[in-house]
Amino acid sequence: MSRLRNLFGKFAAINSRYREPRIAMSGAVRFSLLVLRVYLLALVALMIYKFVLIVTQG
Amino acid sequence: MNFFARLYYPLRKAWKAVGLYLVIAGPGIVVMVADNDAGGITTYAATGAKYGYHLIWFLLILIPVAYYVQEMTVRLGAVTKRGHAEAIFDGFGAFWGWFSLLDLMIVDWLTLVTEFVGMTAALAIFGVPPWITVVAVIVLMGVIVLNGRYWTFEKLSLLFCALNLVYIPGAFLVHPSVRDVLHQGLIPNFAGGFNGQLFFFLMANIGTTIAPWMLFFQQSAVVDKGMLEKDIPWGRFDTLLGSVITVVVAVFIVIVTGTVLPGIDIDSAAQAAQELMKTDRYVGTFLAIGLFDAGLLGAICISLASSWAFGEIFGWAHSLNTKIRQAPWFYATYFLMLITSGLVVLIPQAPLVLITLFVQVIAVTLLPAALVFLILLLNDRTAMGERCNTASQNLIGGFIVVSIIILSTLYGISVLFPNLFK
Repeated sequence: MSRLRNLFGKFAAINSRYREPRIAMSGAVRFSLLVLRVYLLALVALMIYKFVLIVTQG
Repeated sequence: MNFFARLYYPLRKAWKAVGLYLVIAGPGIVVMVADNDAGGITTYAATGAKYGYHLIWFLLILIPVAYYVQEMTVRLGAVTKRGHAEAIFDGFGAFWGWFSLLDLMIVDWLTLVTEFVGMTAALAIFGVPPWITVVAVIVLMGVIVLNGRYWTFEKLSLLFCALNLVYIPGAFLVHPSVRDVLHQGLIPNFAGGFNGQLFFFLMANIGTTIAPWMLFFQQSAVVDKGMLEKDIPWGRFDTLLGSVITVVVAVFIVIVTGTVLPGIDIDSAAQAAQELMKTDRYVGTFLAIGLFDAGLLGAICISLASSWAFGEIFGWAHSLNTKIRQAPWFYATYFLMLITSGLVVLIPQAPLVLITLFVQVIAVTLLPAALVFLILLLNDRTAMGERCNTASQNLIGGFIVVSIIILSTLYGISVLFPNLFK
């Protein structure tokens, strides 16, 4: 239990250490980065769909 | 006599330069040749068999692409003395940091599975059961890193890199027509038309030449090696040499399968090796040995890329210059990645070959996000000073990112609408 607490403590410490990004980004840049990520993840999901399609259909 | 006396000093200077390079050499060559991993060999073998020599020109384009991307990590590592994961957390905050780390972990683990697929398939040709290969590889990889010296790891890796060149004599043994290679290979063309399968192969080839783990590996290796700003020109040369070697090896693999197995659907490099053995025993053996070597080198580098990244973020000791007692979590991550991915290939009936090709494509799809962060980090004048990206470097980087996104999108469209590009 204490190990789990330590682990969560570690995550919290990392989050607090890197809370403020050093490189200033405008809202538009942040939004564009998020859109890019979501778009790429959607493409990956599409590829996984194709993979499943090939495996199930032989 | 006078002639020899005059030759002595330039030769001595050149020899000293070679000696200096051999000290600095490592991260660039290792990361580039390691990228010709088991998945890479499979992709090149399948490309040669499917398209003959027709996509050689595309591989040659990947030399500057790989160089420009990886050169940025040399500068970033040498100037900031930080690994790539730490640089992202520090530069963009925890949210993007975790996102990138998760990306890296998933792609690394999947790629590691493909390395074990390649290694077990290669040794299966010589009658070695998969479980023996998995155990032997994990033990061997433990021995390589557990000696507590970065130098030993790097020089052993360079030895494995040299073995990767085995494909070059292999290509000469199959007697390809030089005229056909030059005529079909050097003029840009899309044999077979513009369709989903071509997009898939183009993406898989990019994915085997540049991958997210390479950014993390080379930057961390530059830091672990202790390279300084003054070493950047040598680091650049190392990276350029590595990118040339990796593509030359790829071209020779394409030539081998393009000559001997044209038009045959090759699912894996091991299958290609078996087919080649029917034609020429030595060439088939070369391909199998090269496949095992590629898988081993790839597995070492990919596991290390993950271990370094986790060490940087969690604050664990994370250097190959430390012993296991000094850096237990660093080595634990390394072995955890290896053992779990090694176990996957022992699952009966798993579609291993299909996994190998799809992992390359997924890796390249996620690449633009990593590249955008890399370019932004290289434009941080506060941290990079005069080593900041120039306008032309940004232009080239941007062009690479946009090209990959377009190609990924085209492939995505071809998945959704298979009849559109027929």
